[in-house]
Amino acid sequence: MNVIQQLKLGFRSLMLHKLRSALAVLGILIGVTAVIWLVAMGEGVSYQAQQQIKDLGATSIIIRTIKPSEEANSDSGSRSGIAYGLLRSDYDRIITNIPTISAAVPMREISRDVRRDEYVVPAQVIGCTPKYFSINRLPIARGRPLAASDLQGLENVTVLAHDVAERLFPIQDPLGRAIQIGTEFYVVVGVAQDRTAAAAIGGSFSARQYNRDVYIPLNTFQKRIGDRVITVRGGTFQNETIELNQITAVVDDVAAVDASADIIRALLERYHKTVDYAVVVPKELLEQAETMRMMFNVLLLLIAGISLVVGGIGIMNIMLATVTERTREIGVRRALGATKGEIVQQFLWETVVLSGTGGLLGVAVGFLCGPTVQGVRFAIKSFMPDVWLTLPPTIHQLEPRLAPWSIIAAFGISVGVGIVFGIYPARRAANMDPIEALRHE
Amino acid sequence: MSKTKEEVSEPVRVAMVRDVTKVYRLGGQDVKALAGVSFEFKQGDFVAIMGTSGSGKSTLLNLLGCLDRPTSGQYLLGGHDVATLTDEEVSRVRGRYLGFVFQSYNLIQQLSVVENIMVPLSYQVPVRPDGRELSTKLATLVGLAGRLDHRPSQLSGGQQQRVAIARALVNNPHVILADEPTGNLDTATSNEIMDLLDVLNKTGRTIVMVTHEPDIAERAKTVITLRDGLIQSVEQNRS
Repeated sequence: MNVIQQLKLGFRSLMLHKLRSALAVLGILIGVTAVIWLVAMGEGVSYQAQQQIKDLGATSIIIRTIKPSEEANSDSGSRSGIAYGLLRSDYDRIITNIPTISAAVPMREISRDVRRDEYVVPAQVIGCTPKYFSINRLPIARGRPLAASDLQGLENVTVLAHDVAERLFPIQDPLGRAIQIGTEFYVVVGVAQDRTAAAAIGGSFSARQYNRDVYIPLNTFQKRIGDRVITVRGGTFQNETIELNQITAVVDDVAAVDASADIIRALLERYHKTVDYAVVVPKELLEQAETMRMMFNVLLLLIAGISLVVGGIGIMNIMLATVTERTREIGVRRALGATKGEIVQQFLWETVVLSGTGGLLGVAVGFLCGPTVQGVRFAIKSFMPDVWLTLPPTIHQLEPRLAPWSIIAAFGISVGVGIVFGIYPARRAANMDPIEALRHE
Repeated sequence: MSKTKEEVSEPVRVAMVRDVTKVYRLGGQDVKALAGVSFEFKQGDFVAIMGTSGSGKSTLLNLLGCLDRPTSGQYLLGGHDVATLTDEEVSRVRGRYLGFVFQSYNLIQQLSVVENIMVPLSYQVPVRPDGRELSTKLATLVGLAGRLDHRPSQLSGGQQQRVAIARALVNNPHVILADEPTGNLDTATSNEIMDLLDVLNKTGRTIVMVTHEPDIAERAKTVITLRDGLIQSVEQNRS
């Protein structure tokens, strides 16, 4: 008998018990779908993470100020507060001493409420140079970015991020109008384009929310807001002095990134007593994310594999019942000339039909992963808006990505599982004594 | 007397048992089901094996059908000594030299009439390309031309047994072994089935049939009566 005849025979034998066969198929279907869906979700999440890291730039090196540990600054701490972090001189040293660095942007940030008339929006006030926009790939939607002349002239001008602009100016055009930060007024000269969050980097664990930023010239920041930050925490004043929160350096060649980062580390080490900075290389983050992705996939595959094994046990159960039930048929076939091997083959083909059907249907359902996620998201959004708001942004933006290898693997494993779990029942069928089998009622 | 008009020349020997014994162990005791049976089957024979329950007739049929091996003695079929063959070889011998007709028909429920007739062909090496045509022809021969695509459950007992007979013919066997072929049928249908076997025998088929009904046995040419594992008598009927 050729393969098609075998498959046809297997299918018809299984049709003797439609419900039973359908349940066995369902077991495999769920397993295969689980593999495809879980891997697709995992790929979606890690793709998101990778995109965020890529947004930081593969050629950039990010140096951030971090607050040193309490013990490290306990003796240096005084009534006048503590000073830590990157210095303006660090920026000068980096830009002048390292030839591989083609551009660098110093940045200072602070959380402040931003006002316009009755509107108050909590925002991140960023003091930066004009290059900040190009290095962070932050296109301006309307108006202009900050200019060098703004810095030189200590101008009170600002570029608003997309969300801030929308909330402060729900109706009017923000360009040319004034907003208030603290006691100072700033004229809006530009609005940035909508931009999704970037990956978390050292020193700040939450993703960078570009849409909540308000940009002002670095020199203006220094003059109007200053280096000193006084906060009240737990009834005591905390007095901190920070010159720069971040320096983003761009290297002209990807190959030079690691070496340049090492030089920056060595350079900073000489001028900082405590480690109050972190050097982050997005390229390294990318590599770490890749490793994470692999581990994640293996884990998901393992979990999904378990459900496939459960499906396989279901198949074995059903095939054992089938063999017992069709003992007579086995006896007849043996009498009519079937060898043991041919009986094994016949029943193995039946399990292949079962698991193969489950596999194919599972792949088909697997393709529905994207629409299903969309549907569930839409359902939550429409019927449970409160729940929706509490969900993390990862869920809001998650797009499952079907991995071709997972489809092939899931289908292959399902058929493999069918064969492995089918061997025992098939052998049991073949090893029956034909006389006993023929006598079986 | 055993010769018919069609077999003018010396009939060919198709199977032979010589001093065959079969001993079972039952509850720690040896039970001799066959105590030494010798017989020759020639082409065109129509042999009925009779005997009371426990006389060894089923055991003998199982041995002849290569479903069991003798404890001692020889069984030659198609030039092979069956006792010396491996399980796979014995399976091939069954498929090639034997046709089975069972008391309870033993058709495969999920297959149609034609497909049931084709089953022995699926175990033939090499595969016959004209299997379906041959099976259709045989179905017509046994009078089931209009029911080729019916399932066994849609047929009467007599019709099912006809399918079984067609199935036993499809591999052109040396010997057709029939185990109480009319055991489940009423008298009229039994006669029809026996008529069919008669016709087959007249065309040169060798038939060995186990039965306990004397009027069925009468239709065979030769009646072997077994008793306590031995051949008690061999009678030739008038043909």
